[in-house]
Amino acid sequence: MAMNKRSKRKLLVVMVLLGISLATVLALTAFEENLMYFYSPTEVNDGTAPTGRAIRVGGLVVEGTVERDSDSLLVKFDLTDGAENISIEYSGILPDLFREGQGIVAMGKLNDKKVFVADEVLAKHDENYMPPEVADALEAAEKK
Amino acid sequence: MNGSEFSWSEFFNMGGYAVFVWTSYGLALVMVVANIVSPIIERKRVISRIKRAIRRETNTGKAG
Amino acid sequence: MFKRIWGWIQRFSSPKHFYSISGKMIPWFAISAIFLGVYGLYMGLFVAPTDYQQGESYRIIFIHVPAAWMSMFIYVVMAVSAGIGLIWQIKLADMIAAASAPIGAWFTFIALVTGSLWGKPMWGAYWVWDARLTSELILLFLYFGYMALQSSIEDQRTADKASGLLAIVGVVNIPIIHYSVQWWNTLHQGATVSKLDKPSMHVDMLIPLLVMAIAAKLFYAAIVLVRARNQVLYRERNRQWVRELVEKL
Repeated sequence: MAMNKRSKRKLLVVMVLLGISLATVLALTAFEENLMYFYSPTEVNDGTAPTGRAIRVGGLVVEGTVERDSDSLLVKFDLTDGAENISIEYSGILPDLFREGQGIVAMGKLNDKKVFVADEVLAKHDENYMPPEVADALEAAEKK
Repeated sequence: MNGSEFSWSEFFNMGGYAVFVWTSYGLALVMVVANIVSPIIERKRVISRIKRAIRRETNTGKAG
Repeated sequence: MFKRIWGWIQRFSSPKHFYSISGKMIPWFAISAIFLGVYGLYMGLFVAPTDYQQGESYRIIFIHVPAAWMSMFIYVVMAVSAGIGLIWQIKLADMIAAASAPIGAWFTFIALVTGSLWGKPMWGAYWVWDARLTSELILLFLYFGYMALQSSIEDQRTADKASGLLAIVGVVNIPIIHYSVQWWNTLHQGATVSKLDKPSMHVDMLIPLLVMAIAAKLFYAAIVLVRARNQVLYRERNRQWVRELVEKL
């Protein structure tokens, strides 16, 4: 009986260790495939990003390119990484932080017209935190 | 809290993010309370366990 | 000389000595944690200005970031203590490690959940499998693994060895968490405060953040000592001094 209990305990320890190693292996494989959470517009245009399957692209929304359809949720905009642009189409609810000049990550596929059709758009915020007055002052100083 | 006057309803509203902000703070409170209560309960359990062991040994004599 | 230092360390790290000293330290840590915590909450909720981009939602930062820092800090404390216990056979170090694990797991859980509650309104998703979030989730599993090994192995020395080994191996995850936002494209933004040149945060927001972080450290110090004292009582339960002490309680 006591032996039984001890071997049960040993089994539990082995199971825990196995579980942890399995979780690590799974996580690492997930990382391998997804190490880069998103591709840049340059990588999409030069063919580094895989085509044919759904991918994520990240960049900044180009100022003045956001077009909202008046009677549906359809939005069109351009995405840039500073070097290259791609066009994106998305139909759905946008996150609160979505605006022109904002960093975003879109998940979807390129269609044959070279337009990236997204089925999910996430906003990426920057690491700066400040009150609006300071942000305005910084912007004003930059424009001078 | 942008305006000049402070209002409690505005404060609790958190600019429309009340659910997210107050759930976060509430969970943090739960965490603090749980981390205070659980070691206190554990301490009582350990102490009563040792006391029981002492009693058992004195009852069964030194050999036990 | 070396022998004398060694003797001093052993005397100082004796569970009995630790038990009496820590009892005097706990109230001080607890009182300063309460004081700073209340001050930090007041500053964070009432004094800190609204963020230019995120509005009021950014106030989650005062919970999220200290919790995330603590999740990593406690893990390092746990792994170093476990290492000391493993190499120099100092029992107190194993007790500190075992006492740290549940607190660290709690902080990790809070960092993950508050991050999720912040991610939903700002990013548009509760969870994404980017490198930062995934490595923080692995940290939670490392804590769970340590605790599972501690509680499932009856023999205390074997338990300390097995769980200590796991804690030490898991330390590789800590730099991965910290640098994930630099090494890979992540949805999570880069570091704000640890940037060496200057933190990109307004000072009225930075002060409550740092105050909350210090309060969290003091809170951990108080709780880990309470938990370590429980470990002392339990592990030394057959010692004469513990029995005499318990009889008086």
